[in-house]
Amino acid sequence: MTTFQIGLPLPVLSADWSAPTESKTLTAATDRNIEPVGPHFLAHARRKRHKRTFSEDDRIQAQTNVKKVEDEDAGEISEPEDPLMLSRDAKDWKGQDHYAVLGLSKYRFKATEDQIKRAHRKKVLKHHPDKKAAAGGTEDDSFFKCIQKATEILSDPVKRRQFDSCDENADVEPPSKKETQKGNFYKLWGKVFEAEGRFSRNQPVPKLGNDKSTKPDVEHFYNFWYNFDSWRSFEYQDEDVPDDNENRDQKRHVERKNQNARRKKKTEDTARLRKLVDDALALDERIKKFRQAEHAQKNKKRLEKEAAAKREAEEAAKAKEEEAKLKAEQEVAEKAAKADGKKAKEAAKNAAKKNKRVVRGATKEANYFHSGGAATAAQIDSALNDTDLIITKIDNEELAALTAKLNGKKDPTEIKQIFLDEVKGLVSAGKLKEGEAKSLA
Amino acid sequence: MSEEESPAQRVAIGISFGNSYSSIAYTSGEGKAEVIANEEGDRQIPSILSYVSGEEFQGTQAKAQLVRNAKNTVAYFRDFLGQDFKSIDPTPCHHSAHPIQHESTVAFKIKDKEDDTENTVTVSEITTRHLRKLKNSASDYLGKNVNAAVITVPTNFSDAQKDALSKAAKDAGIEVLQFINEPVAAVLAYDARPEAKLADKNIVVADLGGTRSDVAVIASRGGMYSILATAHDYDVGGAQLDEVLMDYFAKEFLKKWKNGGDPRVDDRASAKLKLESEAVKKALSIGSSANFSVESLSKGFDFTCSINRMRYETISSKVFATFVRLVLNVVEKAQLDPLDISEIILAGGTAHTPRIASSLASAFPESTTVLAPSTSATAINPSELAARGAAIQASLIQEFETEDIDQSTHPMVTVTPHLARAIGVLCISSDESTGVFRHLVEAETPVPVRRTAIIATPREGGDVLVKICEGTRVIKVTKPEPKANGKAADDSDDDEDSDESDEEEELREKTYKVENVLAEAALKGLSKGAKVELQINVAADLSCTFFAREVGGKVAVRGGWKAPGKA
Repeated sequence: MTTFQIGLPLPVLSADWSAPTESKTLTAATDRNIEPVGPHFLAHARRKRHKRTFSEDDRIQAQTNVKKVEDEDAGEISEPEDPLMLSRDAKDWKGQDHYAVLGLSKYRFKATEDQIKRAHRKKVLKHHPDKKAAAGGTEDDSFFKCIQKATEILSDPVKRRQFDSCDENADVEPPSKKETQKGNFYKLWGKVFEAEGRFSRNQPVPKLGNDKSTKPDVEHFYNFWYNFDSWRSFEYQDEDVPDDNENRDQKRHVERKNQNARRKKKTEDTARLRKLVDDALALDERIKKFRQAEHAQKNKKRLEKEAAAKREAEEAAKAKEEEAKLKAEQEVAEKAAKADGKKAKEAAKNAAKKNKRVVRGATKEANYFHSGGAATAAQIDSALNDTDLIITKIDNEELAALTAKLNGKKDPTEIKQIFLDEVKGLVSAGKLKEGEAKSLA
Repeated sequence: MSEEESPAQRVAIGISFGNSYSSIAYTSGEGKAEVIANEEGDRQIPSILSYVSGEEFQGTQAKAQLVRNAKNTVAYFRDFLGQDFKSIDPTPCHHSAHPIQHESTVAFKIKDKEDDTENTVTVSEITTRHLRKLKNSASDYLGKNVNAAVITVPTNFSDAQKDALSKAAKDAGIEVLQFINEPVAAVLAYDARPEAKLADKNIVVADLGGTRSDVAVIASRGGMYSILATAHDYDVGGAQLDEVLMDYFAKEFLKKWKNGGDPRVDDRASAKLKLESEAVKKALSIGSSANFSVESLSKGFDFTCSINRMRYETISSKVFATFVRLVLNVVEKAQLDPLDISEIILAGGTAHTPRIASSLASAFPESTTVLAPSTSATAINPSELAARGAAIQASLIQEFETEDIDQSTHPMVTVTPHLARAIGVLCISSDESTGVFRHLVEAETPVPVRRTAIIATPREGGDVLVKICEGTRVIKVTKPEPKANGKAADDSDDDEDSDESDEEEELREKTYKVENVLAEAALKGLSKGAKVELQINVAADLSCTFFAREVGGKVAVRGGWKAPGKA
């Protein structure tokens, strides 16, 4: 918070002033929501949540800030120097490990420009020839030259890339088949791919992952490596081109030779990487796993399909069978019904015949409705005709009823009465005309 | 990808999701908020989605569809989110797909697939699609997959609405880090400018949008913001200005083509009229005249007409006056006087209109700065304020764990006592009636608070009295004498409620009245021309310590008072 400037002067203390004794308090405050927004709110929230006062918070913030600076300074370039390296000849700079010279061998291609600058400064402070001379040492400044050369190469992006291309110390040898079979495939090959990934133009490089990686991830990984776009080049291993102007042909020859060597090395490198990825792919358990899973999936589908087809066929057969059964049953039932009907009809017919015979018999019994003495032929004829007429006029059931009535009756008058009743019934039903049955009038 | 991104993998942007327009912003490496243009180059992306045989259009392309394909174009849907059908106002959607009731929410019936069937799409699904488009635009621009955002909402957005928006955002693959209020985002956007000075001030944020206007009075105290009052008007907005222009042009059209037919009646003609009127309105905010030109406006008649800003301002003066009244009402609602307002921030698309800014400037005293493009050269584009503020907030909190953010925004942290009266010192005279009160801490400052001031001393040095008091703000109204040779008017009493008609002749001033002396302290033997540094620390329980010392000297004094009720 900025400080206010109040231009008006404070009042002069009057002579009779004495410190007030009573203590006053502020007017009660209103509670409001402050908007949880902005950097100052965050500071407020920090204070409130950790119950800090302004000055405490200031101090703690300052402390954490200070610590950060210290951390950045430390933890760098404090590698022990190899005495063999210290006695290197500066002329042989191509063979030297520039990162090791600057003490950055654990960072290598990951070292930032800032780190390189700082490492350089640290080394210079330590190995400056003037310092050595002042300490009474020799005038040997060869290592200092090594440092300068290393810095020159590492701080130039182009040269650094050329050196990184050929920095064998950053390479990780692919593990042998035996080693990977011990179950640390991911650990060992992961390192290899991480190291190879530094040559990729496309960053970030996908990780090898572990045995839980999904299929698309694994496929993406291998696709990436089979389409690897490398910036690796081999200028660094060029033979020195003679820079004297005497022999131009010689110079051109060397240049051409270098070009060819670079190309050859590049091709070799591409082939090497390809083989490397092939090897990894061959050893990768996940590929097998995915293939098995796929097979299982396919088989599962096929089996399912077959099972479904079988089930369907079975169901169809069953349905057919049932249908046939039902049909047969129906047929039998029909046949039986037909036979029954025939029998009944025949029975009815027989019954009717019998009944007719009984009725005709009854007519005879009733002495052809003739009262007293033997009936004449004409009388017999008309009585029989009338009986037949009645029989034709009534249906089987009525016939049966009539037969029932007539059964066992011997008295001619009684029989005649029954016949008369029947005729009356028929006449009233309109089936017979009055007086049609003359013998029964 | 895991559900919740760890803070390190978060790529957070600020989203301002409005009814009419949305914008997206990010904070660049240098801490500068930038609004992102979408694929079509728009920084204000119309919040409109349109479907043509299964193809989805958003923004300007979708807006153009309002004429031909209004039934399958969804617009002005933000306020429908998380609401039930009863409580929504479907008026703005008159020219687009109409909202319908669907279960407990609002939905639209549109043909959004290739087949010709009408589908019911809920407003939450529409929002998800809109946010996904915004996210994709931002991801394309940044080259990184955006997965988190701070979204601005109006101050009256309910928890249900926030929940619905949060869910819609999650479906679109955006983790909502925080919802912040639109007016506060606008203030933050201004305060985050490197040249901004941290001062205690009262700010009015007038957010004049397309379909609604929201005004808030915000107390800004040492970079902390408290909303004192808000007002929302759903009948005042850019749409009203469009309507005024539509009426004007429709009448002009009828004058020219007697048998042309009223373009406001026909759906397609009125959609054309509306689109062009909006374009004319925007052009008039920049230039002094603009051309209205529509081919085949109604019944095949083309219509071209030009309008100058003067005429525009005359015909829409009523709407402008409504804006000003709205702002003045909120100030009154916050129990403040226009003199208390030191800044008016105009936000929202309608705020580009120069006349609104100048009307507000004339309604407020000269001490009030109106931050709008037409009145201030350094003003930020009002349409971008909310998105910028959100982007700044996003950059501040994107490294925090979600739990940390939740805890920090919890009412336990945000509800804070605010001082009822200002605290300050008496200058010039130790007598309360003649001394001049100078505040160190303004009223409505959240506690705890710490303020430091450098105060001058009498020229000859010596002993001085530091008298710390509570003061209330009063408006001193001075009536100038009608006669020229009359002597200067005396102080009249604090009559805040003086007549409106006299206001122009009166000289109104903001002063403080001492209410309560809190503490006194003496500093003895100051050297000549010395300055006194006074620091006041008010704790959360209103207890206080103060510390006064001579700058560069040895004289110092310390004191304090206790929390109320603990004496």
